[in-house]
Amino acid sequence: MSGSDASTPARSDANPDRGSPRSGGSAGRAALFREGWLLVLPALVVLCAVMAYPLASIAVRSISQPEWGLQNYAWFFGTPVNLTVLQRTFTISAWVTVVCVLCAYPYAYVMTVVGPTLRVVLILCVMVPFWVSGVVRTLSWVLLLQDSGAINSALRGLGLPPVRLIRTQTGVVIGMAQVLLPFMILPMYSVMKGIDLRLVQAARSLGARPSRAFFSVYLPLSLPGVYAGAIIVFILALGFYITPALLGGPRSTMLSTLVQTQVLSLLQWGRGGAMGVVLLVATLVLLALAAPLMRQRHKKTGAR
Amino acid sequence: MATAVPTLGRGAAIGIRSVSKHYGGFAALSDVSLHIEPGEFMTFLGPSGSGKTTTLNLIAGFTDISGGHLDVGGKSVVGVPAHKRNIGVVFQHYALFPHMTVGGNVAYPLSLRRVPAAERTERVKRALEMVKMTDFAHRYPSELSGGQQQRVALARAIVFDPPLLLMDEPLGALDKKLREWLQLEIKRIHRELGTTFVYVTHDQEEALVLSDRIAVFNGGRVEQIGTGRQLYDEPATLFVGRFIGDSTVLRGAARSDGTGTALTIAGETVVTDKRLSGGGVPVMLIRPEKLRLQRRSATGAGDGLNRLAGRISEVIYLGSGSKYEVELADGSTAIVRSPLGDESFAIGDPVDLLFSPADAKLLADDRSADTTLT
Ligand SMILES: Nc1ncnc2c1ncn2[C@@H]1O[C@H](COP(=O)(O)OP(=O)(O)OP(=O)(O)O)[C@@H](O)[C@H]1O
Ligand SMILES: [Mg+2]
Repeated sequence: MSGSDASTPARSDANPDRGSPRSGGSAGRAALFREGWLLVLPALVVLCAVMAYPLASIAVRSISQPEWGLQNYAWFFGTPVNLTVLQRTFTISAWVTVVCVLCAYPYAYVMTVVGPTLRVVLILCVMVPFWVSGVVRTLSWVLLLQDSGAINSALRGLGLPPVRLIRTQTGVVIGMAQVLLPFMILPMYSVMKGIDLRLVQAARSLGARPSRAFFSVYLPLSLPGVYAGAIIVFILALGFYITPALLGGPRSTMLSTLVQTQVLSLLQWGRGGAMGVVLLVATLVLLALAAPLMRQRHKKTGAR
Repeated sequence: MATAVPTLGRGAAIGIRSVSKHYGGFAALSDVSLHIEPGEFMTFLGPSGSGKTTTLNLIAGFTDISGGHLDVGGKSVVGVPAHKRNIGVVFQHYALFPHMTVGGNVAYPLSLRRVPAAERTERVKRALEMVKMTDFAHRYPSELSGGQQQRVALARAIVFDPPLLLMDEPLGALDKKLREWLQLEIKRIHRELGTTFVYVTHDQEEALVLSDRIAVFNGGRVEQIGTGRQLYDEPATLFVGRFIGDSTVLRGAARSDGTGTALTIAGETVVTDKRLSGGGVPVMLIRPEKLRLQRRSATGAGDGLNRLAGRISEVIYLGSGSKYEVELADGSTAIVRSPLGDESFAIGDPVDLLFSPADAKLLADDRSADTTLT
């Protein structure tokens, strides 16, 4: 990176003997690319300061505390409960993602078809949770989900047997899905509002009944939004701390809770760091596996 | 209606009887009746907002009629959903599926109909051949030009052999040269398929090039249906007369008697042997080739002809002749086309405008016609 930084200011116009950079398309594009890097440089610096440094420090601690070596990783993989929690973290996050997709898809679709006034109302409904602290929201879920809470009271009123929600994985998934829903709805909405509904009409005229027109035309065109939202929600869910801690029981502990115990209660920075690194690597592997799925199979109009 | 098209028995007839369409309190269509013959090329022509697309959408089944009867192929289609009507539709905006290749787009209606794979490939190939797009089967729509996309859309709309093809300003987004070429292509495809074509345009030249018959729409009504020649020679309303081709409209104080009608325009009187049967204020409409120019100083030669004084205000050389705009004494403009070899005039020349009483059409005035025309 430092090499390109140094050469960038020198090249722009002060270097005519290199051959005209604008005449060749690829040369011009390469120049533009380098100038682009210069533009994002401030952001990169900030990002390095607030992201890369802490991340590196955690990675280093995981192999240096209490002494240099891989003993923290050996401990992580040698303790069955850690592996169970890691697996559970991924399972719960996957469920949260599924629930979010199922709830957000119709919601985002409705947002694209209603009139402007109703659309503003719907967008506000999505945004309101952002203005309420996560703790308050989670506590209100406690009130709803607990054994004597609103849901079970309603069930009892209807003469139905009560369900255990609080301190279960189901409760955690419900609570997390509600908190993360906006991150699913907004990318979906932004893709869906760009879909030309006249394409569905065209499919109808070609002989597709409404459901078929949806599955063969609308759904494929909306998938980029679904993938984008799903990745954001899944990754955010992996690191969730407050909601599982308050809504979950011992059988729904997620990795972040274990990290917290190690770091804050036991002052084991090395073990906490190792857990963080394992989570990060597992996430990256999963993303790499999902990447081919997300590759857009058609080119956007205008991009020749 | 005798059409020059060989009917292969594959086209569907369309019967539209007293159809109306309301959006809330607004009547987009009122009491439209028209019959389209099997295999006919029918064009809906009219200004923006006149109800052409609305009528097409009713036939395609995208919207429901508010009242009246609608038959396709002899059967009522009222209440039949769009996907069961088996009608091909080509849109101005192409509406190709961006996530499918050209081949995938054209195969789409066939896979909906569960056509076996081998036959599907064959039919896709044939449809793409028909629009000369065989080489592009593996491209995505975003990799095609507008004209190419529209040809693919056309292939997709004919690949399942619909008895009726609807086209809503399919060439509206293309440049003139391409449009003219594709008009001929569409005409050829119509001839080869024998399918009934219904075509929407607001371009009267396009309508004249393509159509067996033209239905002229105005304000949610059909003003007249006929061949291009009928509309030009015998316009039923002033609106039709002005919408098809160039024309000169003369307005003045009218007087009718047993032998005909006389109009007095800025002190000069012109006569015709016709009388307005329906009532309304009579105006005269004359086609540019029926008008003749003569230098003001000249005398005679005008026996039995109407004569109006004017001044040349514009001269346009057309190659095959000249087109003149003549400002008349009352401030209105007459349009004259004179063949090559006739005496030529320059801007500002005082002239007399001559025409035979038999060549003037007498129509009821329609003030809105002034504002709806370019
Ligand atoms: N969904 C709708 N809701 C309300 N009014 C509509 C609707 N669709 C069409 N209209 C109205 O119906 C009238 C006829 O519209 P239509 O689209 O048929 O015009 P058109 O002849 O196709 O015009 P253009 O040449 O501009 O396409 C217009 O005044 C239009 O505003
Ligand atoms: Mg239209």
